[in-house]
Amino acid sequence: MRITEQQPGVSKRYIDQTSVSKRMDGRKITNTVFKTLFFMATLVALLVLGILFYRILSQGLGFLSADFFQNFASRFPEKAGIKAALVGSLWLMAVVAPVSMFLGIGTAIYLEEYAKKNRVNDFIRMNISNLAGVPSVVFGLLGLTIFVRALALGNSILAAGFTMSLLILPVIIVAAQEAIRAVPQHVREASYGMGATKWQTITRVVLPSAIPGILTGSILALSRAIGETAPLIVIGVPVIIHFLPTGVMDTFTALPMQIYDWAKRPQADFQQVASAGIIVLMAFLLLMNSIAVLIRNKFQKRY
Amino acid sequence: MVQLMNRTDNETKATVSPMEAPVREAAKPVVYDTKQLNLWYGSHHALKNIDLPIRENEVTAIIGPSGCGKSTYIKTLNRMVELVDGVRTSGEILYRGRNIFDAKYSVEELRTRVGMVFQKPNPFPKSIYDNIAYGPRIHGIKNKKILDEIVEQSLRGAAIWDEVKDRLNTNAYSLSGGQQQRICIARALAIEPDVILMDEPTSALDPISTLKVEELVQELKENYSIIIVTHNMQQAARISDKTAFFLNGEVIEFDDTDKIFQNPADQRTEDYISGRFG
Repeated sequence: MRITEQQPGVSKRYIDQTSVSKRMDGRKITNTVFKTLFFMATLVALLVLGILFYRILSQGLGFLSADFFQNFASRFPEKAGIKAALVGSLWLMAVVAPVSMFLGIGTAIYLEEYAKKNRVNDFIRMNISNLAGVPSVVFGLLGLTIFVRALALGNSILAAGFTMSLLILPVIIVAAQEAIRAVPQHVREASYGMGATKWQTITRVVLPSAIPGILTGSILALSRAIGETAPLIVIGVPVIIHFLPTGVMDTFTALPMQIYDWAKRPQADFQQVASAGIIVLMAFLLLMNSIAVLIRNKFQKRY
Repeated sequence: MVQLMNRTDNETKATVSPMEAPVREAAKPVVYDTKQLNLWYGSHHALKNIDLPIRENEVTAIIGPSGCGKSTYIKTLNRMVELVDGVRTSGEILYRGRNIFDAKYSVEELRTRVGMVFQKPNPFPKSIYDNIAYGPRIHGIKNKKILDEIVEQSLRGAAIWDEVKDRLNTNAYSLSGGQQQRICIARALAIEPDVILMDEPTSALDPISTLKVEELVQELKENYSIIIVTHNMQQAARISDKTAFFLNGEVIEFDDTDKIFQNPADQRTEDYISGRFG
């Protein structure tokens, strides 16, 4: 042993430096192997996304024209357009966004700021997470039973919007809860310490800090709602519509419904029309996700 | 000269009769009178039969080892302790003669009269101006001119006006820890309190910032009653008029600071202040 100096607190040496050196190469190789393995795993995801993009763009770009946005659905692929579906999806969002955000943020504020820690509230908290895992087709059945039939809303924008709101509600609640929980307790104490009420503390201290996180989570949840198909099928949303809705009680169709219809048609040209529709839908999603990222970066507060 | 002073000193001492202490105390009215206060966190009995009369325009220091209940006690005075789930209390705390646990006494009203400065500087992530104006705004003051005056007066009161007057619109987080703590003191002054509670206000600060806060406490006591929890016994000795020594949730001794530090009545107080434990 070359190293013989006694260091304070070390009375006897247990680690043999020569064997450490001997094993060093093997350890480094293992490290490299796993690093490569995990990099490959990442590549698989990227590769799939790349192929998807390539296939859809190569098929769909040809059909993506001004007419495509101005035409209604048609028996002829070259005349088929996405107008009704695009406007329908926008209408759907106009219902889903306010309803789901109001209910979701309200629930999160109640659970985090007002509710006491007891078994009932723990039970509620746990089940909201469970609700997030319920398949969307089940929410479709719920919407069919309650909104379409019991409340007799029919296959209207309102019925579909309520159903979609319920579907994404748990996601918004959980995201908003996390954003609210991330506001440090000591700034709440500062506010209460000056005689502020709970509501004043929430509106003036908690929400201004939590809003970026809440909005990011909500937008991501909304982008899920815009791509969902199953609940719309269950509710009975039609595919071929030759007029634009004029109010929330009108029937409508949405982007994923339209794409699903085109994709299942036998004519090869309709496959390409479907791809064009997917491009529009993906552009929509990318736009919403970028807004979420922008909000997150712009309003990040430090403590 | 020295002799003369000593003599005067001795003479003064000689004339202090046992009767004089209560007479001198009577000159200052009691702000906070704690009577037989008990507090439990769930099943943990954190404060036991506390009796503590706290007087106007004095600095009352609360000392004791970690976990003795001193922070719990000061947070009970403005009922901040109730933010923790499962807290129960018995007994009463009279603030200016009214029991703060009375169902009719709103906690918001109490906290408007009793400002608090916390252990860790906790400004809001807002501008310096908005931090100070927060209190007046929640109590309904909207007039910009009045707010401007309150902000200046409070910042002057906390001896930080000159350091920040040119950057009132910058985020309070851009200030140093010591400056942030004085912003928090100014923020407490802005609600025009009667009492200021300080929960180890200098424990996160460097010695120079600590000195500034201590000097500030000395100035503030002219207009406010101050109750300060501190881990630092020299600090208690330097700045307080009265000292209460807490141990295991009980008040072991409460007396003039000079008496506590020079001639404590209880052996446990003496052990603590001489550093034998804690």
